[in-house]
Parts: sequence; C-alpha cells; structure tokens
Amino acid sequence: MTASLVLTVESVLSIVSTLSSGMEIVHVYTKLHSEFGRQCLFSDRPAELLVDVPADQSLASQFTQRTRRDQSLQASRDMSEHRVNTKRFESESCGLNHEEGGWPKDVNHQVMEQTIRFRKKVEKDESYINSILQLGSVMEHCIRQNNAVDIYQDCFEDGEMPEEHQEPPSAKTINVFRDPNELKRTVTGLSWHPDGGEKLAAAYSCLEFQKTSRDMSLDSYIWDIENPNRPELSLKPASPLVCLEYNPKDCHSLVGGSYNGQIAYWDSRRGSQPVETSSVEHSHRDPVYKIIWLQSKTGTDTFSASTDGQVLWWDVRKLSEPTERLVLDPSREGNPERALGAISLDFESTMPTKFMVGTEQGLVVSCNRKAKTPTEKVVCTYDGHQGPVYALQRNPFFPKNFLTVGDWTARIWSEDIKESSIMWTKYQMSYLMDACWSPVRPSVFFTVKMDGVLDMWDILFKQNDPTLSLKVCDEALYSLRLQDNGRLVACGSQQGEATLLEISSGLSTLQKNEKSLLAAMFERETKREKILEARQREIRLKERSRSEQSRSEDGGREDIDQSPLQLMARAEEDFYVLTETEKKGKEREDQDLSSEL
Amino acid sequence: MAEVEETLKRIQSQNGVQGIIIINSEGIPIKTTLDNASTVQYAGLIHQLVMKARSTVRDIDPQNDLTFLRIRSKKNEIMIAPDKDYFLIVIQNPSD
Repeated sequence: MTASLVLTVESVLSIVSTLSSGMEIVHVYTKLHSEFGRQCLFSDRPAELLVDVPADQSLASQFTQRTRRDQSLQASRDMSEHRVNTKRFESESCGLNHEEGGWPKDVNHQVMEQTIRFRKKVEKDESYINSILQLGSVMEHCIRQNNAVDIYQDCFEDGEMPEEHQEPPSAKTINVFRDPNELKRTVTGLSWHPDGGEKLAAAYSCLEFQKTSRDMSLDSYIWDIENPNRPELSLKPASPLVCLEYNPKDCHSLVGGSYNGQIAYWDSRRGSQPVETSSVEHSHRDPVYKIIWLQSKTGTDTFSASTDGQVLWWDVRKLSEPTERLVLDPSREGNPERALGAISLDFESTMPTKFMVGTEQGLVVSCNRKAKTPTEKVVCTYDGHQGPVYALQRNPFFPKNFLTVGDWTARIWSEDIKESSIMWTKYQMSYLMDACWSPVRPSVFFTVKMDGVLDMWDILFKQNDPTLSLKVCDEALYSLRLQDNGRLVACGSQQGEATLLEISSGLSTLQKNEKSLLAAMFERETKREKILEARQREIRLKERSRSEQSRSEDGGREDIDQSPLQLMARAEEDFYVLTETEKKGKEREDQDLSSEL
Repeated sequence: MAEVEETLKRIQSQNGVQGIIIINSEGIPIKTTLDNASTVQYAGLIHQLVMKARSTVRDIDPQNDLTFLRIRSKKNEIMIAPDKDYFLIVIQNPSD
C-alpha cells in the first residue's frame, strides 16, 4: 500500500490560495493566570492516526508505469566544459638591483658615520636587548639540533618501494619553439647542447626543390628550452643550414652543413656570424645532409656527407680545404660518376676507425677510415631499403647492431649479416623520416613520420607495433633528437615548429635484465638470418652447379660476371639454336608423315 | 649590552655557523659578522621572505604567528628567528 502523497495539480493550487488570502494558520489556547509558570506535566499517549489519505485508484488512469531505473536528480545549473587558449604571454626575466633602503630620512646611508651612529643607538635600545636574548636562545636550540641530528635525512632509504605498477607509457609536450619568421621553413636538423642540454640548436632550411623564395630567411637558431618566445642566438650562414651539430667536447662550438654544400663553423660566444666557412670550390656540390664531430686529440675534426657522393673530412681550424675525401663508389674505384648519394652518417666513438653511410639508393655502406688504399675504404654494403636511408644509428649499448630508417620501415641490422636486416617493422602508413635510439634504454628507439606522428618502439615489449604513438602536429615531422638523459625528445616539423616532449619514466629508465634480454634477442635474430643466408647460399650453389653442368654439355661457357650485353647475345643464340632444333624436328615429322602417305 | 654580545659570541662559536645578521623591522642590518655586500643582500631578500611567510601564516589562521623559519639548501641552512621588531638570521653549514 503506497502511502504516497499523490497531489493532483488542483489540490496544490487550493492550498496556495488559502495561504495567499492572508489567513494565517493560528492556534489559540487559554490558560488560567495562576497556572502560568507551572511545570509542564507530560503524559504518554498512544499513537493517534491523524490523517489517512488512501490511494485513489481512479487517478491511476492518468499515470503510466515506467520501467524501473536509476535516475539521479540534481537541482543545479547546467554546466559545460569549455577550453580557451590564452594569448601568448611574452615574458622576459631580468635581475633587479637592490639598493639599500629602509633607512630613516635623517640618516644618509652612504655616510659611514651616520650609519654607525644609528646602529649604536639601536643597540642601546632595551627592546632590542630583550628580543635578541630571547631569539638567541631559540636559535641556539635549532643550531644544536642541526649539529646533533640531521633532521632532513632519509631514514627509510633501503626500503624503497619497487615500482610494481608500471604506469602506461606517456609523453608530455613541454614546449613548442616556432620559427619566428613569416615564411616557415622545415626544421631539418636538431642538436642538443652537450653540457646538460639546456639549449637546443635547430637548423632551418627548405628542402623542397626550388621552393625557396627570396624572402625566406637564412637563419638557424639556438633556443634556450625555458624560453620558447625568442631564440637565444641566431646563426646567420650564407645559405640555409641543413644540419647542425654541437661539439660534444666543447659546448660553445657548432658546425653546420648548408644547402649549397658549404660547411660553416660557429663559436656561440662570438656571435651570429660564422667564424669560418669552407670555400665553395672544395666543398660539396649538393646539400650537406649530415655532419658529425669526430673524436680526436684536437677535438676539431668533423666529417660531412652529401648527395654528391662524397664524404669529406674537415679540420675546423682550416676550412679552406677538406683534409680527406672519399667517393662512395660501390665498385670501389673512386669513380664519382657511379657514386651513391649519401644522406645519413653514423660514427660511434667506441669504433673510431669505422663509420657508416646511408645512401639515397637504399644501400648502407660501411667504411673503414684507416684503410691504406681507397679501394679498401669501402668495406661492405647492406642493401635493404627501397628508398633513401634517412637515418642511421648504431645502438649505443650494442654497437654491432644498427638501426636504419627508409621507405616505410625501420630495420635493425647486425654488422655480420650483410644480406638482410635481422629485424624490421611492418610497413607503416606514412614515410619514416628520422629515427634514433634512446641513450638510456637499449631496446627503445624513436621514429618520426610524415603524418606528424612520433613513435616510440620498445622491442622487448612489442615488436609489431610501437609502444607509444603520439601525434605531435598536423604536418610532417622531419627531424628527431633525444637528449642525453633520455627523458627529453625534440622533434622538428615542416612548418618550423620544434616540439619538446618529456617521456614518462617507464620509457626512460633502464629496466632490470634489459641488456641481457636484448642481447639474447639480437643473437637469436642474427642466428636466424645466418641460417637463412647459409641456406640461400646452398641453393644458389646447387643451381650454379646444375647450370654449369648443362652448359658444359652445350659447350662449356663460364657465366660468372657476364655483362648484360653478353647475356643478351647468349640468350639470342640459345633461342636460335632452340628454334633450329624445333624446325628440324618438325621437318622430320613432316617427312615421316609424307613418307607414310 | 654585554649579554647580547655574549649571546652572539656563543652562537658564533657553534659548529658550522658561517654568519649572523641582525636586521630590524625595516630591513636595516644592525649587527653582522659578514661583509657588507652579502649583508645587504641577505637583509633585503630575507626581510621580504619573512614578511611573506608571516602574512601567509596569519592569513590562514589569524591567531597564529610565525615563530621560526628554516631554509635548507644544498650548501647550507639559513635560520631566521623573527620577533616583533627584529630578525636574527644565522647561516649554518650543518656538519653531517
């Protein structure tokens, strides 16, 4: 039985009308005057039903039964969330010069006498003496406490809570550095300041063929990562810089390779103009795509690579001429006509004589610098990509394995296996433009793509997909650089925006057993490839021996190193021989037939 | 007068104490064991900080008041004992 007060609309109105007619609800009771003030005598009464309003079933027809469900009610305003981007607030920090103040008007604080007199006067003051005595005792207590016990020491250092719950990998954008010019250029090169990484050098140029307009600025900038509003220093080369590198030994010197093939050397203490630029005749004839500092006693050696097929070595003290020259010819003849254009370079300081070059043709060439003859400079080539190898880097923990990025895949290679890469990602949706390993975690590497996505791959965790995929911006990302501590990553886009991201600690702290697990993984993959290579060789050997046998029946011809013309001639001859035999066979048949007839 | 000197001498003789400064409520250094430049710097900066700290404590609870302020930094510890009219500042290098 529902004792609900189902008030119909009419009854509500009637109550309202009685109230509004001014009739207050008043209860009058009378009491004898002598009884005022008497104590109240309370007595128990049983419960008395005052009002009972039974349910009126006839009203039920005006209502329908609703399906039972939870409904929350709230009598409050409707609110909606709305985000507003505030205007860019340009702030500048500068120091304030404190001058002595607070002296009373009659004391000139420059004059020693007056100040001494003032001080002496204060010292004689009684309240001064009292308060100092009191403060002194308080202070002494704290000083003694400091000396006795270090109240800030970490008492529970050993029982550090192990991170059992792994937070999901994430990255946070910290700052965006925008090209201050009107006409935006692509950020083609990034380099972190070697000492602590508070500065980021970015090289700006327009890599699209003939899209550079006359008004485009040639400058590249060094940014202080705390101040995204204004670059700290602008570098003014003669031609836009395609790549830029800080000297890891000397944090003030930078070297940059420019679009017209020249190399320029800056000292950031000296200002925006380059200290020296290489002469045009002896530089590259194509944009310098990569330049790296070498480990040398003088700390002034660099080498650069460009698509004109040359790798040049320079001493920055004398940029008029390169100290050494290498032409990337796979046939090892030093023929510049057949040279491969170089797009990326890698040099590992633990292996100072070897270096690797990634080419436009998809080959990775491994070279030895200390080879005696130019033919021995090119040690071997790795063929894997169908497009230019845009990035090339050895794993800082496992120098025998290196990462290359080109066409739509990223591949990991082992130095010993020349036939193919040991591991590769599946074909991505867009072109990969740059990649680098994490300097703290051997199994993590980062790639950037043309759709503006930054991918973080952790090959111990997942090989098919990136562990974390972030869309940094709408336009293509061209360059990528990680800071040495492994937490900050900078990536540069086509519209001149360099974004600085901070990676979550899960992806930037070395995990237990990571090195050994990764070593095991690389070994396993290398072994697999070796087996495959051996099998391939076997098959080829069998085929060759089979074809040799058949050819020795024909007339004994060697088929090693046949030029295309010779092959064509031989194919023609084979064809004629075959048709002749067929014809002869046919004629014999016809003869047989006719003879039968 | 002599007791003040004695107190200050006692504090100065404690382990690790690098300097003592007494400033008045306007930030004027009355007595100091450091050189003038540092004294002026400490006086100006710490005076502002103590004012801010005191007003913070009193804003949260008007019955409350600041009794002691300790600033621990990598290299040393700055201890400030505020009073109605004067502040006693001691810079100590805790020996631990």
